[in-house]
Amino acid sequence: MRRGLIALMLAPALAFAAPGDAPDPLNSGRWPDIRKEFFANAPVSFDPRVVVTAPATAEDSMNVPVSVRVEGGLVARRIVVFAELNPIVRVLEVEPVKAAPYISFRMKLQQGSPVRAAVLDPDGAWHLGGVFVEAAGGGCTTPGSGRAQPDWQAHLGEVDSHEWPRSDGQSRLRLRISHPMDTGLAAGIPAFFLQKLSLTDDAGTEYLRLSTFEPLSENPVLGFDLPTHTGRTLRLTGVDNNGNKIDRVLK
Amino acid sequence: MQDSGFRGEERDSGAVALFVVFSLLCALGLMFPWAASAADYDYHLSPRQVAPDTWVFQGATEDFSLANGGNIVNTGFIVTKTGVLVIDTGPSLRYGQQVREAIRRITALPIVQVVNTHHHPDHFLGNQAYVGLPILALPETAHGEESQGGAFADNMYRMNGEWMRGTEPQPATLTEVPVRLQLGGHDIEFLRLAGHTDGDLAVFDRSTGVLFSGDLVFHDRAPTTPHANIGAWLRNLTVLEALPFKLLVPGHGAPTTDAAPIAQTRDWLQWLEGAMRRGATSGLDMAEMLRQPLPARFATMPLSSREYQRSVSHLFPHLEREMLEGAKP
Repeated sequence: MRRGLIALMLAPALAFAAPGDAPDPLNSGRWPDIRKEFFANAPVSFDPRVVVTAPATAEDSMNVPVSVRVEGGLVARRIVVFAELNPIVRVLEVEPVKAAPYISFRMKLQQGSPVRAAVLDPDGAWHLGGVFVEAAGGGCTTPGSGRAQPDWQAHLGEVDSHEWPRSDGQSRLRLRISHPMDTGLAAGIPAFFLQKLSLTDDAGTEYLRLSTFEPLSENPVLGFDLPTHTGRTLRLTGVDNNGNKIDRVLK
Repeated sequence: MQDSGFRGEERDSGAVALFVVFSLLCALGLMFPWAASAADYDYHLSPRQVAPDTWVFQGATEDFSLANGGNIVNTGFIVTKTGVLVIDTGPSLRYGQQVREAIRRITALPIVQVVNTHHHPDHFLGNQAYVGLPILALPETAHGEESQGGAFADNMYRMNGEWMRGTEPQPATLTEVPVRLQLGGHDIEFLRLAGHTDGDLAVFDRSTGVLFSGDLVFHDRAPTTPHANIGAWLRNLTVLEALPFKLLVPGHGAPTTDAAPIAQTRDWLQWLEGAMRRGATSGLDMAEMLRQPLPARFATMPLSSREYQRSVSHLFPHLEREMLEGAKP
């Protein structure tokens, strides 16, 4: 685990992205381009309240566990997760409408890369946190393991989930969606991935919205923290890039 | 005053020269800690006799590195009246070759049989040094060496660098493992086990009482779990514990005359599985699992933190899936 350690180690050699920007604590050569492409002229700061947790070294480049938590009262309108040295940079975007500003997931890494979360505040400023994850790589160009199983299509879009009440008064929801999440970068396998997910209750209240991209791992396992509510029924809807729809009542 | 000033200057320049030399040595030592041993990529293997006819090469309780060249594993050999039985071939071609040289210094008898205890790269990438000799392994092991050897070797080159030069995976050649082998006056039992991997072959020399456990047993070094089945592993620790051994040679760490390393390995595995299960059933995510503290008794064990982190990746997704699927309506 390294949270902020990199910042100390790399402090002597810092790259500057835009005039007025603070130096990138991860000192990434790709950051100046990413800054322009993703954030244009919006203000950007590196903010310790955006906590990205991931292993220092990825044991499995196809499944690198990552969690993002926004702390210290920073209000998150949107959280964008990206790995700038991946061939496909964006991993997911979450709008925590009523949910806590937290998400956990697993992702593919093609090589060692910064893994960052950018949090958009209500004033239109971006707050960034991130860690560097070392990886043997290949996660984006290797076919998913499910491809070897003949029945993967029969389970496409199935959702398994469980909800736990938490001591902090919130409720932890974890769910697993059966989907190959093909990047399109493995030979002969076109891109096939979930694009949109939305979590609502039976009264139509939306808890969170997600946009997901190719680097999210096969059969995504996602974790959220929701306000506790007895008696509500949660429902997950979504769609992939081939138009397959997900519509499941969570139990 | 002038006089002493001159002497002072002389002393200073001497000190400066010493300081420069010292700094250079420090810099070399820091930048190339392996420089001394790596110049000729000599593992400096010295076999230790642990029982009659029985020798062990004991590796460091470390992770693979440019400094150790992958010499983190225990290998051994038994000199019987008719020839030598080699148990595991080490992490590289060079290691295998250097073991053969070391054996030649001890006996003129030929090597007649080589054993791979399982398919992990630190145990079989030295096979190339024994081409032409029968290399015995369980079918699961030979299959793993065949199918995963290339990826293992890539990773070993990445971590051990130049030490690996020339190394290519050479799978075992003989998969019909006898239960007993009578070899030059030694009564050798092969135990077909599993748990650390799908195929773990333990070698028990009933003539000397020496048990080569392979990686079913670690000693004062955290166990690795990339292909582990914890339930099977725990069951087979009980099998090993029941053997009347006089000396236990674990896959990693110092040999012992007692079963303490078996108990330690069991303790680690039971704790590890319990921690994973508790995490999965209480809804923790993997990043939260990675942050769990280790019990005090493991905190100082070499590589415990690193192996715990790796084990979360190996073991947690499966338990998490069981939990989520079990909760399905």
